[in-house]
Amino acid sequence: MILLPCPWCGPRDAEEFGYVGEMRARPHPVTTTMKEWRDYLYLRRNVAGWTTERWYHQMGCRRYLLVDRDTTTNEVRSAVSGPDRQKS
Amino acid sequence: MVDVRRLGRRPGPARYSAVALLRHGVTDRAWEPAWRTRELRRRYDVVIVGGGVHGLATAYYLARNHGITDVAVLDKGYLGGGGSGRNTAILRSNYLTPEGVRFYDRSLELYRGLAAELNFNVMFSRKGHLTLAHSDASLRTMRWRAEVNKVCGVESDVIGPSDIKRLVPHMDITDEARYPILGALYHPPGGIIRHDAVVWGYARAADSLGVHLHQDTEVTGIDVSAGRVTGVRTTRGDIAAPIVVNATAGWATLVADMAGVRLPVQTFPLQAAVTEPVKPFLRTVVVSGTLHVYVSQTARGELVFGASVDPFASYSTRGSLEFTEGLAAHVLALMPALAKLRLLRQWAGLCDMTPDFAPIMGPTGVDGFLVDVGWGTYGFKAGPVAGETMAECVATGRTPDLISAFGLDRFAQGRLVGEKGAAAVGH
Ligand SMILES: Cc1cc2nc3c(=O)[nH]c(=O)nc-3n(C[C@H](O)[C@H](O)[C@H](O)COP(=O)(O)OP(=O)(O)OC[C@H]3O[C@@H](n4cnc5c(N)ncnc54)[C@H](O)[C@@H]3O)c2cc1C
Ligand SMILES: [Zn+2]
Repeated sequence: MILLPCPWCGPRDAEEFGYVGEMRARPHPVTTTMKEWRDYLYLRRNVAGWTTERWYHQMGCRRYLLVDRDTTTNEVRSAVSGPDRQKS
Repeated sequence: MVDVRRLGRRPGPARYSAVALLRHGVTDRAWEPAWRTRELRRRYDVVIVGGGVHGLATAYYLARNHGITDVAVLDKGYLGGGGSGRNTAILRSNYLTPEGVRFYDRSLELYRGLAAELNFNVMFSRKGHLTLAHSDASLRTMRWRAEVNKVCGVESDVIGPSDIKRLVPHMDITDEARYPILGALYHPPGGIIRHDAVVWGYARAADSLGVHLHQDTEVTGIDVSAGRVTGVRTTRGDIAAPIVVNATAGWATLVADMAGVRLPVQTFPLQAAVTEPVKPFLRTVVVSGTLHVYVSQTARGELVFGASVDPFASYSTRGSLEFTEGLAAHVLALMPALAKLRLLRQWAGLCDMTPDFAPIMGPTGVDGFLVDVGWGTYGFKAGPVAGETMAECVATGRTPDLISAFGLDRFAQGRLVGEKGAAAVGH
């Protein structure tokens, strides 16, 4: 079992969370070029090692959080409350 | 010194046959290794990174179809240690898009002749493949798939519950089931194969044609100069090569990054499990997308179970209890009679998922650097055709028609393939 330290609910089973994915900056939908937008849609860094990603505590506080995780071991270092969908 | 036992024989390993088996049985003579360990050269015409079915098949067809034998296959571990040795070995060609159907059907055609061609028993068992529909929506997708399949000349049809019961008497087709079964897509040419044998057969055949296979040789860098690949760096020294093929599946982005090429690929673990062996009772492969589960019975009698990928991206191949719990519940929803069976093993492999559930094949922005990746949860069945077409791509410098839809540039151009409806669960 993998525990994610939710800043609101404490350590909880990762099964309670939805995986949103690695953090990446969204280009502005109005000023972006088609290439930038498609890169944003499809490309991932797919890091093997520590990475910061967004999770959603769907069976808990229903807030978004940012989690540091090592993708080779699934060790989780820290989690902070993250921007919600609107603000990202 | 001349080895008298080798006189008058063609180079390469001895042919496997009933006579050879008998001879070894009565003389107690050891079998020769299936492939040789060679000196690592400082230069090759073609370097293939990744010794799974894709890398090995590409090397084999380069040598056999195009006479290109100055080829090295490099693997950081052992041959078949990636997805090729961990998959559930389901073969089928009942995809959703015409591009997909034609491509996978060619692979099945090659698989059918493979044992004879490689002189290696790959145990392709054409037991038929059933994809269950538990909702009107999935029944519609199956009807669609069946029609696309038929137009492409692939045997495939939608059947009703009574026909399903005839094929799989243990299936619960009553209305009381949690997810009642409305029908299924039946694909008689599908089946299962012995995945290790496919890997070893290609390795042995490629080796006998002169290809060098180097295990324990990790690629740590790729040299690019003026937009052209010039070689690779490895844990055993640098190798010059004008052509480098990336066939590393779950590790594909790490290798592509070395050449400065970005891929729309994310690595997810996929788990599978196998039960103790029981008498043969399950004739076909059974897949349920709604229940995220599929089942087949091997020649040895074990039931092989698989599911969808794990819920988050990772390079870890540790199994999880969540997987086994979900799997058991879903299998029992389909076949309650299996409640007493015990699981023997569970394992995981890495899958290189693409946004459209179709592979990425051919040239990249760097000259001489080619990719054969994005095989997700469904790439074992594509090994032969991917090897054949990638070899043609390398040898001729042109992209064969069969894979023209799968180019890396499709993402920037917004021409995705849309295979999700046929590849998300049923591998
Ligand atoms: C549990 C499971 C079930 C599956 N079921 C099916 C199925 O039923 N049907 C189906 O068609 N497909 C299935 N698949 C998918 C299939 O296994 C893969 O798509 C396929 O095996 C990919 O083959 P490959 O040769 O491209 O990669 P792999 O077999 O993964 O080989 C890649 C190789 O690259 C090597 N490598 C990586 N990085 C480096 C480096 N830097 N230097 C040198 N070598 C490197 C690795 O060691 C590895 O051996 C399943 C996968 C899994 C995990
Ligand atoms: Zn919470």
